[in-house]
Amino acid sequence: MFNRDRWDEILEALNANKFRTFLTAFGVFWGITILVLLLALTNGLKNGVTADFGDFATNSMFMWTQGTSKPYKGLPKGRYFNYKIGDVAAIKSEIPNIKYVSPRNQLGGYNGANNVVRGTKTGAFEIYGDYPEYIKQQPMDIIQGRFISYSDIESKRKICVIGTGVERGLYDKGEDILGTYVKINGVNFLVVGTFKMSNSQGDGEQEASTIYIPFTTFGQAFNRGESVGWMAITAEDGTSITTLKQQIFDLMKSRHTVAPDDDRAIGHFDLSEQFERVNGLFSILTIVGYFVGALVLMSGIIGISNIMLIVVKERTKEIGVRRALGASPWMIKSQILQESLILTILSGMVGISFAAFAIWVMNTILDNAGPVENFANPSVSMQVVFTALIILVVSGVLAGLIPANSATKMKPVDALRIE
Amino acid sequence: MIQIKDLHKSYHMGSNSLHVLKGINFDVKQGELVSIMGSSGSGKSTLLNILGMLDEADEGQYILDNVPIKNLNEKIAAKYRNEFLGFIFQSFNLINYKSALDNVSMPLYYKGVKRKERTERAMHYLEKVGLAQWSHHLPSELSGGQKQRVAIARALASDPKVLLADEPTGALDTKTSYEVMELIQGINDEGKTILVVTHEHDIAQMTKRIVNLKDGLIIDDSPVEQIRASEQIRLSEQLKDSQHV
Repeated sequence: MFNRDRWDEILEALNANKFRTFLTAFGVFWGITILVLLLALTNGLKNGVTADFGDFATNSMFMWTQGTSKPYKGLPKGRYFNYKIGDVAAIKSEIPNIKYVSPRNQLGGYNGANNVVRGTKTGAFEIYGDYPEYIKQQPMDIIQGRFISYSDIESKRKICVIGTGVERGLYDKGEDILGTYVKINGVNFLVVGTFKMSNSQGDGEQEASTIYIPFTTFGQAFNRGESVGWMAITAEDGTSITTLKQQIFDLMKSRHTVAPDDDRAIGHFDLSEQFERVNGLFSILTIVGYFVGALVLMSGIIGISNIMLIVVKERTKEIGVRRALGASPWMIKSQILQESLILTILSGMVGISFAAFAIWVMNTILDNAGPVENFANPSVSMQVVFTALIILVVSGVLAGLIPANSATKMKPVDALRIE
Repeated sequence: MIQIKDLHKSYHMGSNSLHVLKGINFDVKQGELVSIMGSSGSGKSTLLNILGMLDEADEGQYILDNVPIKNLNEKIAAKYRNEFLGFIFQSFNLINYKSALDNVSMPLYYKGVKRKERTERAMHYLEKVGLAQWSHHLPSELSGGQKQRVAIARALASDPKVLLADEPTGALDTKTSYEVMELIQGINDEGKTILVVTHEHDIAQMTKRIVNLKDGLIIDDSPVEQIRASEQIRLSEQLKDSQHV
């Protein structure tokens, strides 16, 4: 269908009126550029917002205790209670499809006082007591050494893993870190590893100024005993934590003698729910992007259809001559269709390339100017590009259909009579 | 070559009906050079359009090279036009964005001839009409006479059975007209059947037979003694020379 003769014919016809061809092509060019850019920007926004979730396993929730709000079984309201380490095993054994349960304790925090000392240097850092699973919920890159292990937990070893911010605050450049000691609230800990967050955005500084120590060591060293500050719970893939959380709450209530209908006693943050909400929002934004882009593209397509109609009208006599020379109606039709198709696809390709260039420029600027809140790495996948191409091909054919039909509607004898 | 029996054609415009051809009968043999004459409205163009399958008769029989031409759909009509007929128009009807060579090779393109062979054959016909060195010029770069020569080459390109010329000299001055007629006579000498519609007597005299149409009927159909166009050109040049002396 597309041999060299056809190409010559089509290019000749398109070349015959360069300026008009250009203007017509511009409509489609612009439409597809806007379509691709909209999708890329949506994607950039999505990347930016979901980066706030960090790499934390999204099918997770955090759960802590609050004061009870109802009296129950002789206990007064306004009572405070703590989760115990035994709750962790209870959740793991009684609730199905739970992947990780990490009990956590924390020391220090935002604007806290200096709590870590090494030689003459001091710093205020966040200290967490954690289980080894935590690194699976919150991925981080271990730069040197290792993370907490189960033998650390069992032996209650006084070891710690420090963030890059801690490293900057307490060590000179190039100093050996592993094997040194830091004093946390007066207790010496051996540094066995350093880490940085795999994909930190915004809160990077805070995350890097963090020290992880074994949960059991934390309890012993800082007098927490069996108490658990809060838990990070992740469900198995394929089961939403949102559907499991009520079971977990009920279990906790019964274990801590809290009224079953006292919803205020347990505080939680459902990351999965938030994540789904954001994802849903961006699915809608993507649809809007497609919709608006397709509408803009459509006006370009109508432009092509319109100009092809004029071209057909102008070339009525030429078409008559061609038919007198032996062109069948289908040959004429396919020529018009192909002209419109080529015009659409060519301008569309240029549009996609231009959009890709614009995205590249945006990314370069973002890279140079540093991160912008809620916006990162605008991009489109190959899938979007192929979808755009399919839209182009379909619309190119649609644009040519009406003009192609009108090209052969007139009898050749009438077409030849036109001056 | 062409047999026509009792051909009728009317045009309907609203409630008015115009009976243009009222029963035409005539035969054309292989190798004839026939001119069809008549005043405007006599139906000569309609007749030519029907012969060229650009239009269809209401009634009557039309046989071209032993093939009955009737109930054509556009696809078959296009095929027949391509194989049987070559058209020469008054206004040349070259495609203005194609070179002379490309214009000539168009019928071959529609016939499905391969590119290389097509170019060779088109070049052959351009040589035949004496325009080989103009092959890559656009029609706008050619004179009227040259354009008509390209058109004749194009009509010949697919080696049709019959050439149909609709006022081929209508847009040309006398000298160029004679040159074009000289070419047409040359092609006829090689055995090609040619029909020329014209209203100019001197042009008609250069054919071998004149068919006179009036009000949709043939009123006269007689052979003539052919005047060679080359002779006329020589005479007019002599005349010009003698005027200068």
